[in-house]
Amino acid sequence: MSILERLQQGAEADAGPDAAVSRRAFLRAGAAAGGGLLIGIALPGCSAVPLGGGPRNEKPPEAAVGQATTALSQDSPGLAYSGFIRIDRQGAVTFIVHKVEMGQGTFTSIPMLLAEELEVDVTRVRLEQAPADNKLYADPLLGGQVTGGSTSIRGAWEPLRRAGATARAMLVQAAAQSLKVDAGELTVANGVVAHRASGRSLHYGQLVDAAAQLDVPKDVPLKKPADFKLIGKPVKRLDSPDKVNGRALFGIDAKVPGMRIASVAACPVVGGKLAGMDEARALAVPGVRQVLRLDNAVAVVGDHMWAAKQGLAALAPTWSGGPHSVLTTDAIVADMEAASRRDGALARSDGDALGILAGTRASQGVNAIYQMPFLAHATMEPMNCTVAVSAEGCQLWVGTQVPVLAQTAAAKVLGLPDEKVQVHNHYLGGGFGRRLEVDFIVQAVSFARQVNYPVKFVWSREEDIQHDMYRPYYLDRIAAALDEQGRPTAWMHRITGSSIMSRFAPPLVKNGVDPDAVEGARDIPYDIPAQRVEYVRHEPPLPTAFWRGVGATHNVWVVESFMDELAAKAGQDPVQYRLALLGKQPRLQACLKLAAEKAGWGQPLQAGAGERVGRGVSVQFAFGSYMAMVAEAAVNAQGEVRVRRVVAAVDCGQVVNPDTVRAQLESGVVFGLSAALWNEVTVDQGRVQQTNFGDYRVMRMNEVPRIEVHLVPSSDKPGGIGEPGTSGVTPALTNALFAATGVRLRKLPVGDQLKAAAG
Amino acid sequence: MPTFTLNGQPTTLDLPPDMPLLWALRDVAGLTGTKFGCGIGACGACTVHVDGQMARSCITPLSAVEGKRVVTIERIDQDPVGRRVQAAWRELDVVQCGYCQSGQVMAATALLKSTPNPDDAAIDNAMSGNLCRCGTYQRIRAAVKVAASSIARPTKGA
Repeated sequence: MSILERLQQGAEADAGPDAAVSRRAFLRAGAAAGGGLLIGIALPGCSAVPLGGGPRNEKPPEAAVGQATTALSQDSPGLAYSGFIRIDRQGAVTFIVHKVEMGQGTFTSIPMLLAEELEVDVTRVRLEQAPADNKLYADPLLGGQVTGGSTSIRGAWEPLRRAGATARAMLVQAAAQSLKVDAGELTVANGVVAHRASGRSLHYGQLVDAAAQLDVPKDVPLKKPADFKLIGKPVKRLDSPDKVNGRALFGIDAKVPGMRIASVAACPVVGGKLAGMDEARALAVPGVRQVLRLDNAVAVVGDHMWAAKQGLAALAPTWSGGPHSVLTTDAIVADMEAASRRDGALARSDGDALGILAGTRASQGVNAIYQMPFLAHATMEPMNCTVAVSAEGCQLWVGTQVPVLAQTAAAKVLGLPDEKVQVHNHYLGGGFGRRLEVDFIVQAVSFARQVNYPVKFVWSREEDIQHDMYRPYYLDRIAAALDEQGRPTAWMHRITGSSIMSRFAPPLVKNGVDPDAVEGARDIPYDIPAQRVEYVRHEPPLPTAFWRGVGATHNVWVVESFMDELAAKAGQDPVQYRLALLGKQPRLQACLKLAAEKAGWGQPLQAGAGERVGRGVSVQFAFGSYMAMVAEAAVNAQGEVRVRRVVAAVDCGQVVNPDTVRAQLESGVVFGLSAALWNEVTVDQGRVQQTNFGDYRVMRMNEVPRIEVHLVPSSDKPGGIGEPGTSGVTPALTNALFAATGVRLRKLPVGDQLKAAAG
Repeated sequence: MPTFTLNGQPTTLDLPPDMPLLWALRDVAGLTGTKFGCGIGACGACTVHVDGQMARSCITPLSAVEGKRVVTIERIDQDPVGRRVQAAWRELDVVQCGYCQSGQVMAATALLKSTPNPDDAAIDNAMSGNLCRCGTYQRIRAAVKVAASSIARPTKGA
């Protein structure tokens, strides 16, 4: 933290507005402790970002988490810093990174933004994980220290480049003074400032102390996209080496002197309590040290996980389930179905959709009910948290998307001021929204306060799946009226499901409409004159949370499936039908045409013996990126599905690292396919029925389709790319299955539905 | 008291013989590169080599490695095939979150040691027990092939 304190003493200057960017980045510069140059990048806090009034998708649903972060921590985000750069006397560049790396490639693309303008070798930019501090590290789009919502590059894009450019200008100025030449005569490359005319040069390390004494220059121009050396070019991931040799440290790998290890069991029924246990039997297991209890959970602490697990088995806790002991999925869905018959809060109303639909004969319209199940996140790294509570305070070793929420939650459990809780953040073995939650951290701290030694709490896979916070079950009613040419004249969509934003940040839910629950539904890209979108909030007993692709993963499936139904009703080709309705969306039209061309849309497909094959398409604008996707699937005589190929065409604005964009789309597709084909969390007698990868199936090597990603060149500002693959592939798949079989799947997962149809 | 060779070092651990190797590696030997994913041998995150063969350490009791050679991700670079697999993984930017990748590298190394030039079916067969929630499979497949071709050209790399 010392460099942060040093920073506060540095000179402050307004680096000036970028004409193209409404948010102004502020920079501070000063001498780093121990020598060197320190640059702080600051952005006006979240209040400067229009909420709902700005461009669509400007503020992602995870802003609710940011809002919660701000509300809970006593800090106002105010003038929030989003990063610090230190250049030392050896010329080494360190960036205190405000984001976490959970696979999305941010620990490579963020250094690229900096290195581009700073003119250093990107592999020499070292990253240090920022501590929990909302004042210093809030994301400008999310309003809190949060990684999520496909915002990392969107938020860092302008300020990090400006910081790099400004630091470079200061180093060049320092070189000009030292060499007694005009700064204009100097060139910079690879961290070296050179004076060609005299053949003299200085590396950054020789210049940092002098640069730290200079005023921060204003209005340092940024490179034009045509001059980019790194941005837009493939750069190898900087985290690769440590992730292939076992050195990368995830939260579960924390090693703390004197640490013991605990296995945990919470009441399998939501809201239930611990009823009994055999403590003596657990303590008799060799290596077991202690049994800890909460009202609704137990932990067995041992010298190693094996002792803890065996101890937990011997403990054999019994539970009192309470009122939800008889809960079933069928009952949850029946309640939801009843709720979905109510009028919802109005999310959008253009024209007289209801009037037109009321005056339309059934034969001229289409209506349907769609259902999406509860889903677990199933990150490869199960939930875990290492905690040390002492008289001085509390330390957490954990991988979290929300370090400030983790800090404040732990402080609340312990009755400590926030600053007494220190969060050591780690690589995340998958996030997908699960590590936006702090339930497992609160539980760990509640146990750890009972002992005077550090404990690593690790959930079993079964515990992880049965005590997740689930992607909500959604039930959608949707209808449209078509004119004589088959074009939709009116559209009505009512969404029923849990409101995640209401839990994080109730003020963001205005007039009863959860912006996340209706994302991708109230802002469909199609030219339909009368539209009505409603939201009915219905909270089931299971806890719900964000899941990769958030609102769009639900709504893009429903909307794009239903568009396919309309095309079928109109007797038109699904691609041509969409193109005709995308007249106001040239970027989406371009994506759709490209995806169709690359996928061979309309050309015959080869089918194996007994197989039926088909292609399906989806279109979306989500997370600031435009995308069209075509999936190709085969269904065999037994009704088993094989996804053969997925083609994506994406316009995500300026691409920072094209290989990362491809990787993220490939990743999103596979994640989405596991869910669409197989995944659902179901409940019987109040208990989640799924247990492990045997019954919560994850796509495997032999099941994965060929995935092709085609990028539409653009120098517009970058869009998010971590989530669109997931939201796009689900409707592309189910539309392909319709094309192959004529069966319209309106309920996920696909599961055995086509086997029943075949049988 | 199980005795075996761990990454080339003779090792005796004062641990119960029915204890899975995974926890001995992670919690006692301090080798956290081998990961816990499922505990039932269903995900492959805990893959190690026992006498050169792929093994799921979460369901391998210490008694089963008595007198054997155990190699983990931390020392797979001592193996020329392992080194080429790691290089191919870096070259193709396979990793994302990275949590499963220790197991993927170990499984791929075991495959290439027994089958130097695997076809897609052999790759599917050897690698389909290793789950990756980030969906890096397409790159894993390509990287296995890159590693195989670099082994076939022994002058390059390593």
